[in-house]
Amino acid sequence: MIITVASGKGGTGKTTVACSLALAVQDQMPVVLDCDVEAPNAHLALHPDLPERQTVSISIPEVKTDLCTACGRCGEVCPFHAIVMLGKKVLVFPELCHGCGSCARNCPEGAIIEVEKAIGIVEGGQAAAGFPFAHGILNIGEPMAVPIIRKLKDWKPDSNGDLVIRDAPPGTACPVVETLRGADFALLVTEPTPFGLHDLRLAADVAQALGVPAGVVINRDGVGDEAVDDFCRDNGLPVLMRIPLTREIGAAIASGQSLVEAFPEYRPRFQALFVDIQRFVEDTNEGGGR
Amino acid sequence: MKQLVILSGKGGTGKTSVAAAFAHLAAQGAPKIRAVLADADVDAANLELVLDPRQVSEEEFWSGQAAVISPGSCTGCGLCAEVCRFDAIIASNGLYRVDDMGCEGCASCMYACPDEAIQMEDQLAGKWFQSDTRFGPLFHAALFPAQENSGKLVTLIKQQARLFGLDHEYPLVLVDGPPGIGCPVISAASGADLALIVTEPTAAGVHDMKRILDTTEHFGIRSLVCINKADLHPKGSEDIEQYCLDHGLEVLKHIPFDLAVTEAMVKGEPVTAHVPKSKASRALKELWARVADRLEEVA
Repeated sequence: MIITVASGKGGTGKTTVACSLALAVQDQMPVVLDCDVEAPNAHLALHPDLPERQTVSISIPEVKTDLCTACGRCGEVCPFHAIVMLGKKVLVFPELCHGCGSCARNCPEGAIIEVEKAIGIVEGGQAAAGFPFAHGILNIGEPMAVPIIRKLKDWKPDSNGDLVIRDAPPGTACPVVETLRGADFALLVTEPTPFGLHDLRLAADVAQALGVPAGVVINRDGVGDEAVDDFCRDNGLPVLMRIPLTREIGAAIASGQSLVEAFPEYRPRFQALFVDIQRFVEDTNEGGGR
Repeated sequence: MKQLVILSGKGGTGKTSVAAAFAHLAAQGAPKIRAVLADADVDAANLELVLDPRQVSEEEFWSGQAAVISPGSCTGCGLCAEVCRFDAIIASNGLYRVDDMGCEGCASCMYACPDEAIQMEDQLAGKWFQSDTRFGPLFHAALFPAQENSGKLVTLIKQQARLFGLDHEYPLVLVDGPPGIGCPVISAASGADLALIVTEPTAAGVHDMKRILDTTEHFGIRSLVCINKADLHPKGSEDIEQYCLDHGLEVLKHIPFDLAVTEAMVKGEPVTAHVPKSKASRALKELWARVADRLEEVA
């Protein structure tokens, strides 16, 4: 089973929930993947040992000028304007390239070869609690997070369990979509404020568009208003857990602790959350969708 | 005309609450600076929720393409799936179809298909709006769920804000940025004269502040720091101060944790307008005065 923890709005507690869920079910050896490659934070709470390190690259074109006849075909086929003709010269803009290889395949002279350009890394190993953990890190100044997330999703530890927990980046655009793609359940973490609600609605839309069943965790319960509860009720989104806003929880998270470590009473609560998710996914599969 | 962008790295540190307060203070506080507002967090746009905008215009945002295979022409040769590097072509019943969510619109499959069974279709990826608010014009957008090209939409919003500002002689464009450090952030930061980094004294806040500061430095954008919810974890605030001192960065202000910020958000107002005398509002006023001062300095 693959659970993706997402939110729409940033800072609602995705990483807190993902890490605590993983720690609560550590006996099952969950594979935890921090897919927020722009701002990865799960390692701060899980204290992993990360001996594996692979570079993530995309293939960008390199033009062999001696073979190029300046026909302009490469520029025609590239929809990203990453390779363009300027007079008789071919120019490549690596930061616009998506690495699709179309220019190389369509060059009639075989004048384009592809070379690897590093855009980030994936580091893998083991969380301090013993389960497999990996995260991706986008290089500074690189725009494209998705290829790193894709590589991260492919990461396979030696002790391959059945349970995968993916911590998603904020927002609703391509990196979030890639993190949700192929998941069995979207655990949407929100806060009961207008910002939280607005972005929860978007995140729920994304999950629905991808056909991933979703449930909600309301963090900082007690601030704001009732609108998130109303929205969940009206849209059939189960509220699976509530975490209150307290100064003690805030301080513990700030110092880099996980919720279940700082407050052991949360361990059984997260175990119960996992059982709820499991049951929900089984019901959905048996019922052939909601 | 100058451009101030508000960034953070980590989400939820308070960028939009700071941006809304600045919009209010720029219009009605001290110093007054007429500003065009731009919400560059196009996949989770929240600034409109606290500025009570009246929409002036709405435009469609068409961007990118997605491949469509017509089942009648597909012979099931599978060349499309072979060339696709995004796992977006799915075999079904001996034929192939495209998973919209995975398709990057590169058209490799279209060129590879020997039976001309694949066409590229333009994608309606979102909408963008010009609105009036009582603090000035606002340019904002809504990227449709699960769409790509958020960076292009950010660039469009900023261009529109900038053109409007130039036409109407505004001295400032105030950009509320997205979280992260990738494509939409690079678009939001590009061309900025000054970046204000809103961080929080949490382990994650500090970690991500360093990532965004490296990013603004990479693009040569002068950055200032403010610490939101600074009193929640004083040790974290000290660490941020030390890091900034070591790296020659100015920490302009500590903003205390204050539930008035959430109350104002629920009422749909900037905190400085809703509860002007709250702790957070007082800090934000000082912060705005200092930011305005630094804006004067940039050429």
